[in-house]
Amino acid sequence: MLQGWVIITVSFAYIGLLFAVAWFADKRAAAGRSIISNAWVYSLSLAVYATAWTFYGSVGRAATDGVGFLPIYIGPTLMMLLGWFVLRKMVRIVRLNRTTSLADFVASRYGKSALIGGLVTIIAVIGILPYISLQLKAVSNSFQILLGYPEIVMPPKVGSMVVMQDTAFYVALFMALFAIAFGTRQLDAAERHEGMVAAIAFESIVKLIAFLAVGSYVAFFMYDGLGDLFARAASRPDLGILMAPLGAAAGSYASWVWLTVLSMLAIIFLPRQFQVAVIENTDERHLRRAAWVFPLYMLAINIFVLPIAFGGVLHFPQGEVDADTFVLTLPMVQKAEGLALLVFIGGLSAATGMVIVETIALSTMICNDLVMPVLLRTRAFRLTEQRDLSSLLLDIRRAAIIALLMGGYFYYLLAGEAYALVSIGLISFAAVAQFAPAVIGGLYWKGGTRLGALAGLSAGFTVWVYTLLLPAFAKSGWLDAELVEQGPWGLELLRPTQLFGLAGLDQITHAMIWSMIANVGAYLIGSVVRRQSAAEHVQATLFVDVYQQTGEPGSAWRGATSASALQTLVGRFLGPARAAELFMSYARLRGVTSVDELEGDRDLVRFAELQLAGTIGAASAKTMVATVAQEEPLGLEEVMTIIDEASQVIAYSHRLEEKQQELESATLELKAANERLKELDRLKDDFISTVTHELRTPLTSIRAFSEILHDNPDLEGVERQRFLALVIKESERLTRLINQVLDLAKIESGLAEWRTAELDMREIVLESLNATSAIFKARGVQVEMRISPVTPRVMADRDRLMQVLLNLLSNAAKFCTPGSGRVELRLSCDASTVRVDVSDNGVGISAENQALIFEKFRQVGDTLTDKPSGTGLGLAICRRIVGHFGGRLWVESEPGRGSVFSFDLPAAAGAADPGSLAAGA
Amino acid sequence: MRKPSLRAYRIVSLFLLGCLLFNYPVLALFNVGATAAGVPVLYVYLFVAWGVTIALAAVVIEGGT
Repeated sequence: MLQGWVIITVSFAYIGLLFAVAWFADKRAAAGRSIISNAWVYSLSLAVYATAWTFYGSVGRAATDGVGFLPIYIGPTLMMLLGWFVLRKMVRIVRLNRTTSLADFVASRYGKSALIGGLVTIIAVIGILPYISLQLKAVSNSFQILLGYPEIVMPPKVGSMVVMQDTAFYVALFMALFAIAFGTRQLDAAERHEGMVAAIAFESIVKLIAFLAVGSYVAFFMYDGLGDLFARAASRPDLGILMAPLGAAAGSYASWVWLTVLSMLAIIFLPRQFQVAVIENTDERHLRRAAWVFPLYMLAINIFVLPIAFGGVLHFPQGEVDADTFVLTLPMVQKAEGLALLVFIGGLSAATGMVIVETIALSTMICNDLVMPVLLRTRAFRLTEQRDLSSLLLDIRRAAIIALLMGGYFYYLLAGEAYALVSIGLISFAAVAQFAPAVIGGLYWKGGTRLGALAGLSAGFTVWVYTLLLPAFAKSGWLDAELVEQGPWGLELLRPTQLFGLAGLDQITHAMIWSMIANVGAYLIGSVVRRQSAAEHVQATLFVDVYQQTGEPGSAWRGATSASALQTLVGRFLGPARAAELFMSYARLRGVTSVDELEGDRDLVRFAELQLAGTIGAASAKTMVATVAQEEPLGLEEVMTIIDEASQVIAYSHRLEEKQQELESATLELKAANERLKELDRLKDDFISTVTHELRTPLTSIRAFSEILHDNPDLEGVERQRFLALVIKESERLTRLINQVLDLAKIESGLAEWRTAELDMREIVLESLNATSAIFKARGVQVEMRISPVTPRVMADRDRLMQVLLNLLSNAAKFCTPGSGRVELRLSCDASTVRVDVSDNGVGISAENQALIFEKFRQVGDTLTDKPSGTGLGLAICRRIVGHFGGRLWVESEPGRGSVFSFDLPAAAGAADPGSLAAGA
Repeated sequence: MRKPSLRAYRIVSLFLLGCLLFNYPVLALFNVGATAAGVPVLYVYLFVAWGVTIALAAVVIEGGT
């Protein structure tokens, strides 16, 4: 049943089914019920990663070096874990900027540079052509092998027949038509292809089912399970190496690691992967499901690779059948016709899926980032004046798709036979890996500049061409093989496969090491050699800080234009009807009823630019909008605004910090206040207990003497008199004490009454001496007086000041030795103060006690032996009185040499009283 | 600035675990001629470790916070 017409009919029926799926998806999308807006569909569409290379080539590679094919699928597993960070950021940026392709993305990041967009496009196209040729090779080979059924015949060598009879040529042609039909039916401002994604997801299911079917057939029908299969393989000495294949050849672990890295980068930077993973993503959250479903898909499609490889090697005599075809030839040799056909359809699925998405992604890049910028800038074409360019855009893309497939076909003619499938694919992987420094660097490092990106991409690409593409050409006989073997001009150091003498590595590892060194190095050097322009910095900030943006990105458009001019411009690319629709909905959003009422402000210009960017890419959109709206170079002010936005966050956190510090200091103050309160409380308690103690002493005496008098009525008159005198004296002391306590309390609480008046100090001094003369006389103490003749008046309360002087004088009398005591009272003054000194020649006060005597209830002397002769409050009250009038009270003394109590008071404003007083008392 | 979530730390940890599992020298431990149920241990190890990584990814990334 495997005649040619059957195969072709089934193939076309299958392709028809794909169209049906796509049509259904587009219809659902138009109705607003998208089927691709689903995490499962998204995950399956990512499986476009598994191409004909996976389907046929993995087995081929496994047959020669065991697990060597696995890093290609383990790398993406690891990368999808980081996808939650990297891919999500890309998806966010793409949505905000209406990015249409990888080239657009890179160009947009580096200041909307058309040059970078073009360079990325060229690298992608040249890098991907081998990969497309691989698909053509796989499909045409599988078709020819299937056509030879029931014989197993390897397809004839490329070039042994004319182009018109070559199956691969027709495969390329049909695939081009297929891709055109899928991807370029209409122009969409969002550059999304719902139908295509749905078809890709469907194809992913088909190729998985086909591969699992052939895998289980080989493992469980042809052989008796996996154990049996491996046991037979182990018994073959030539297969023993496959049991523990790593490290057997030099550099095997290195190549494992580099393949992992390479595939990690490929899963993001292959244009088709960027297309389905980033551009076609409808919801960032789908990345979560994809992070494990897609790796699981990879695991499933690889689980039977080794069994099929071993089955093929065991079954076919060595070298007779190409290992790349085992997937197809094993069912054929078993006469399992249906299965063989399913395998063919599976392979077709894998190849068409890849070709459709890849060519659509590349054609968008070619159109938006290569052709349009050139056309728009070339005045001869006068494109900027044409009315409707939407059909031109579609035509460019269609032409690009055809050119890509033809390019792939010619590469196949050129180099297709020289390499196995996997090797061809890896060359493409290494090419797209060159985007990694510019993109990853651009996502996380604001300092990466346009110059750096240009330098990095050029350097990496150049090394790739030299170390991978040239040897491939040489191997196919297109270039002189001497170049590779001897190096250019016979310089061995420059041999493309052993650059600078780095030998012992496989070709891919070797190329990756050198190209990454060149790429990253040039990127860094180019970025730090010159300061980036303001426009570049704007884009860098938009990309790196994309999560901090709330709405639309800022705009560099400042000039104004009219709404209708912008609508006409957008209409030329999207079609007038579509443009009118877009502008009308924008007008409604702004709350006006017609487009004419819209103001041509920067928001509207930005809106128009975004619509265009979705169709022709950021760089071209900028050029086009510039034709109707004046773009002013970004001034320092705008840059500052952008920086401000970032610094607002910092400022906010600073404010928080300050608040916290304030809070902390407030807490400290509160704590201190609390401590002070506690201290005051303690002082109050102390005071009360001291006062109580002081009151009790005279009370106890009074009571004791009263009891004696009461109990002894027959006491002698003299004795009675003496006791009564003691009782009276103690009562007086008690009264004095209570008065003083009250006095002190009043002063301290601020309730004391002060009758402040201008006083003559001399008068008070004389009066106090008169009042105390009796005491001095009684104790036999001599008093001298020295009063300055001119003394300013002071502001004070007369009675209070008297109180101070009396206290000081009576203290002096008290502590002088009776008989030989001498007390001197001195009144002196200078311009601003009046000073009184009371000196005695008494016992004196030791230094440590000098501070204590002014405290409440402190009396100098041994309290145990000396009977207190005062209340201990006098000096405390004096000091407060003097302090109240703005003066000081202090003591200077030495034990045994007497003491001098002094106080001063500020002189009252006004002239001093003239007059003189003679000394002496 | 945004504080990375616990989930983010878990994802990165899992990534590092993956880098360890599928790299020298862990691979070398299993790169021996022995077989388990007839299948070379290296193959068994690779697919089991791969499956475990995927399962952990499902739990960490899709699981509740």
